[in-house]
Amino acid sequence: MITHPFTYAAPTTIDEAVKALGRSRDAKVLAGGHSLIPLMKLGLAEPELLVDIGRIASLREIKSEDGAIVVGALATHRSIADSSTIGKALTALAEAAAAVGDLQVRSRGTIGGSLAHADPAADEPAPTLAFDATIRVIGPKGRRDIPAREFFKETFETALGPNEIVVEIRFPAPAGHAGSAYAKFPHPASGFAIVGVAALVAVKSDGTIDRAAIGVTGAAAGPFRATAAERALVGTRGDASAIGAAAAKAAEGVTMLADLTASSEFRKQLVMVHTRRALERALERARG
Amino acid sequence: MTTATPSTYIGARTPRKEDPRLIRGSGVFTDDVTLPGMVYVSLVRSPHAHARIRRIDAAAARKEPGVVTVVTGKDAEATGVLPVFITVPGMNGSKHMPLASDRARYAGDAIAAVVADTHKAAKRAADMVTIDYEPLPVVVDATKALEPGAPILHEELGTNLVFTYPVKGGDIDKAFRDAEATVKLHIVNQRLIPNAMEPRSVVAKFEAGELTVWSSTQIPHFVQLILSVNLGLSQNKVRVIAPEVGGGFGSKLQVYAEELLIAHLAKTLGRPVKWTEDRREAYLATIHGRDLVEDVEVAAKRDGTILGVRIRTVANVGAYLQAFAPGIPTILHAFIIPGAYRIPAFDCEVRGAYTNTTPVDAYRGAGRPEATFAIERAMDRLADEIGMDPAELRRKNFVPPDAFPFTTISGITYDSGDYGPALDRALAMADYKGFEKRRAEAKARGKHRGIGLSSYVEICGLAPSKANSALGVGWGGYESARIRVHPTGAVQVFTGTSPHGQGHETSWAQIAADAIGVSPDDIEVRHGDTFESPGMGVGTFGSRSLAVGGIAVHNAAQKIREKVIQIGAHLLEASPADVVVEGGKVFVKGVPEKAKAFGEISMAAYLASNLPDGMEPGLEATTYYDPPNFTFPFGTHVAEVEVDPETGTIEIIRYSACDDCGRQINPMIVEGQLHGGITQGIGQALYETAVYDANGQLLSGSMMEYHVPTAADVPPFALDHTVTLTKTNPLGVKGIGEAGTIASTPAVVNAVIDALSPLGIKHIDMPLTAEKVWQAIRKAGEARR
Amino acid sequence: MAKITVTVNGTEQVMDIEPSLLLVELLREKLRLTGTHVGCDTSQCGACTVLIDGSAVKSCTVLAVQADGAEITTVEGLAKDGELHPIQRAFSAEHALQCGFCTPGLMITAIDLLERKGAPTDADIRHAIKGNLCRCTGYHNIVSAIRSAATEMRGATTPMKVGAEVKR
Ligand SMILES: Cc1cc2nc3c(=O)[nH]c(=O)nc-3n(C[C@H](O)[C@H](O)[C@H](O)COP(=O)(O)OP(=O)(O)OC[C@H]3O[C@@H](n4cnc5c(N)ncnc54)[C@H](O)[C@@H]3O)c2cc1C
Ligand code: FES
Ligand code: FES
Repeated sequence: MITHPFTYAAPTTIDEAVKALGRSRDAKVLAGGHSLIPLMKLGLAEPELLVDIGRIASLREIKSEDGAIVVGALATHRSIADSSTIGKALTALAEAAAAVGDLQVRSRGTIGGSLAHADPAADEPAPTLAFDATIRVIGPKGRRDIPAREFFKETFETALGPNEIVVEIRFPAPAGHAGSAYAKFPHPASGFAIVGVAALVAVKSDGTIDRAAIGVTGAAAGPFRATAAERALVGTRGDASAIGAAAAKAAEGVTMLADLTASSEFRKQLVMVHTRRALERALERARG
Repeated sequence: MTTATPSTYIGARTPRKEDPRLIRGSGVFTDDVTLPGMVYVSLVRSPHAHARIRRIDAAAARKEPGVVTVVTGKDAEATGVLPVFITVPGMNGSKHMPLASDRARYAGDAIAAVVADTHKAAKRAADMVTIDYEPLPVVVDATKALEPGAPILHEELGTNLVFTYPVKGGDIDKAFRDAEATVKLHIVNQRLIPNAMEPRSVVAKFEAGELTVWSSTQIPHFVQLILSVNLGLSQNKVRVIAPEVGGGFGSKLQVYAEELLIAHLAKTLGRPVKWTEDRREAYLATIHGRDLVEDVEVAAKRDGTILGVRIRTVANVGAYLQAFAPGIPTILHAFIIPGAYRIPAFDCEVRGAYTNTTPVDAYRGAGRPEATFAIERAMDRLADEIGMDPAELRRKNFVPPDAFPFTTISGITYDSGDYGPALDRALAMADYKGFEKRRAEAKARGKHRGIGLSSYVEICGLAPSKANSALGVGWGGYESARIRVHPTGAVQVFTGTSPHGQGHETSWAQIAADAIGVSPDDIEVRHGDTFESPGMGVGTFGSRSLAVGGIAVHNAAQKIREKVIQIGAHLLEASPADVVVEGGKVFVKGVPEKAKAFGEISMAAYLASNLPDGMEPGLEATTYYDPPNFTFPFGTHVAEVEVDPETGTIEIIRYSACDDCGRQINPMIVEGQLHGGITQGIGQALYETAVYDANGQLLSGSMMEYHVPTAADVPPFALDHTVTLTKTNPLGVKGIGEAGTIASTPAVVNAVIDALSPLGIKHIDMPLTAEKVWQAIRKAGEARR
Repeated sequence: MAKITVTVNGTEQVMDIEPSLLLVELLREKLRLTGTHVGCDTSQCGACTVLIDGSAVKSCTVLAVQADGAEITTVEGLAKDGELHPIQRAFSAEHALQCGFCTPGLMITAIDLLERKGAPTDADIRHAIKGNLCRCTGYHNIVSAIRSAATEMRGATTPMKVGAEVKR
């Protein structure tokens, strides 16, 4: 039950939505509602105005464009998990979307909402970081593209400005012999990520690793790139010892969260194990 | 092992009569009841675990739109106190009012009730009630609560000690003097949250001097009794209906504050009133289960013969004593510990303590899972200590089949049992012999594989009324049934049991059908309405419904059959000894072609013009069945697990169980009870725990934190059974509602410890979460380095 | 207040509602379709699951206004012309329900799964129903029921008995 009253607008274009947001100082975008509505039910969010972007059909699209795969902000976790385009080129994203919550949540929740909400335990930020995606937003001052690495700030904080709307997430299609994977340790009750690791690797024709990108979620106050591990991997042949050595560095320099389910010590272990597991699968695909 | 005698309907996998309405969504649960003019209640609950209530200011809330009234403890004293049905010797009872007025004793203690035209308005206004609290020191741990200087919850008692309950037998000192091997375990049987999927709900209306209450309860008759006594209403003017009830597991085995309060409000306001808890409220204010800490010591000979068991237990009862709370860690736990074993000396002492936590009472198994966990973990520890196979150790100490009736060292008499075959069968199903190969194969994959078993004896059929009385239970343990055959032959069975998923409408129809000689399709079973049922029904809990309530139905049906035969014999001009009732027909043995239809007989009973001399008209029977003894189902469960040493994650690979609940009325329902029970037991072993911080705040306060097992968390189950009929009742039935829960927790924990024992790990506290397992493995690794 | 049009179980409904009204409240309180249940307040239990335009969704986590223009199916709409849906028959035949509180939500989720995946493995089934908690059955028979409904929906009809209904 939501006890506080609010007004509701359901614009059909992005421009209208941006305008609508300007009508109240306490307005919020409503996408799938699967983060916002639970908060409103618990009385933890009490916006005065909800601007439902769910009727802006163009935001649902998943398409290829100029060497990028463009995922509309309203693409649901489910449509991402089921998309063959994403499954092939952005396997880690498809796997992360498939690992979100449960079937019903995946039917409603959107990638735009997930990124904008920036729950530190959300899945999709990890592949978004690993693929170096760009988040395209439109606001009162027009359009801007925010690189994933600049988008995520702290827990529940992003680079989104007031009344800016995420419209699409542009994933550069990984070039060359690339493969990716997502490995997750879910919270046993909520299903959110205690740790989630998205790994992308590309190999040269001689088998050495050309490029490695590792996005980690759940473990810290915000998602991060495991840069030390990435560096350790590039130039190696990706054998077990190289992967192990890289994975051991995955949590380097990052303060791990601690809660009832996992201490910081355990989270660190999980980051290392899941980095290794994601890398192994990604490499297998890259070589595939 | 004896085999059940063949019968027509008993033993059939009859599809359930309750299903059609439930799969169509037309079953009516309490929250589905909406009445004209209804008002809604939201309760203001203490955020503090312990605080003096200085002042309650409801002025602002009263002014909110839609608010009808705000009621505090002082206004609601007419509800009277909440009942406790069990008194153990020397018990320090607590005074428990539906609304606390001077002191809140746990986070969630209700303090005020806001009544409004809509649920939303009530909730909104509840936030406007301001209460001035003076926080008091808090104690959440039962052992600490018993230490000197601990904050006292009930000042009038001067102590947090609720009771000290000893159960002793044999010479325990000698047992330990003679021991060649001893083991000691410290067990934390953690606190659980029952999580029946339907939240509790109460609807009440008071019209023309008559109070009607719909409540999500397992015991409508007790609710009716207490409402009538507490609210000063004649009992015939109080009707309590338990409509569809969405699971209980003990959590609805109460007369709750809200039942008294909502009924009181309906009576004083003259409008129908509804209250439905939300899940977070359920976590705070619906009873919790388990929460006891035990120190177990076993004395044995090197050959595995057990000489004695000593156990010291501290039970956390929470902030107040609930209805059955005093009986759970005592009667239903202490007496049960000897389990399936011949134990010559026993020394148990249980202390109960008040703490600033949600009250604790019966949760599926109620005392028996704790007892079984203690003894079954101890058996594995002993097996490890003396280097004996855990299955062999159990077999060696089993009460042998020729020893029945057998009186345990705690003084309970098992009428029957044959534990070996169930153990053998379970081991065979689990391919116990082939296990070491699988362990080695898993090791090659980097996984630790383990197998664990548990053999249990449950005590069901609560309870012989005299035993109840001797143990301090303030009510008889019988059950009632009434059968009404209408003139046309339509049969209605009214039962005192109150099912909430157990399928009594189906099983009772099968029982009555066999006894009467008609088809179950022609029998309607009705329950959960105190205006329909016999005078008193005790209710559904403690795996008692079949062994007590089912027998009552059987006995009532027998009375009907006898009268049908008398009338039939009279109409057929035969001797009653020659008349049979079968397939809805009454005829002289061997002459089925000259039969009277069952409906002709019932019509004759009511036409009454042609009945045997002196026979009363009508065809109706009421019985109360008081069992002469408890019943003692038993069995062995075997779990096989794999542990991922890198993440501490446990997977149950295989689960096999062989249970003996005597005759099965409907094997499909028996299996369903086992599946659900096993899953709840797995939940305790691996997933579930209610965690408080030092301030008494429930940290695992929602389903986002508290891990109720999902379909992905549990394996499929392989089930089999043996049939050892009890002689205690005419059907030879024993009960199966809790067996799964009792057996599975130790089986799973034993399997995990077995998997990790090569690393030198001997114990991990429940639940065996990933982190705990990983930490144990890591520490074991460090220790070996 | 907002005006919405929704088609619930085939019947079009035009209503004026508060934006804060949840879809489950609309179904239970305004339309009195009480077969859809509420088992939690944190979107975990799945008791409230309904189909919105064919997808299983937790109706406690959807505003009724968001459903404007949508087709909604609840448990009450599963049987067609008195004929039970195969999943309903399978739940009864396999004893996949005890108290029945979780059942509507589980059947709805199962339908979503089976409409998209005709021959799911047991692991697929267990994964698909993760968002539906059942405290009574231990899921064993629910998995069997969904498996057997899948068989029937693929066209291999095995007659199933439901409660007392089919017997008569
Ligand atoms: C039971 C349950 C389990 C879950 N489990 C997981 C899980 O395992 N992993 C996981 O990652 N997530 C999980 N989630 C969250 C789910 O993925 C949400 O769908 C997601 O986090 C938010 O997406 P949404 O479309 O529902 O956003 P909404 O709830 O509509 O919005 C969330 C926030 O983002 C803002 N917002 C939304 N869209 C935009 C936009 N386009 N531009 C700007 N701001 C916007 C809103 O204003 C709001 O503040 C779970 C949710 C539930 C209810
Ligand atoms: S009511 Fe629990 S998920 Fe909707
Ligand atoms: S049948 Fe009771 S919760 Fe599923």
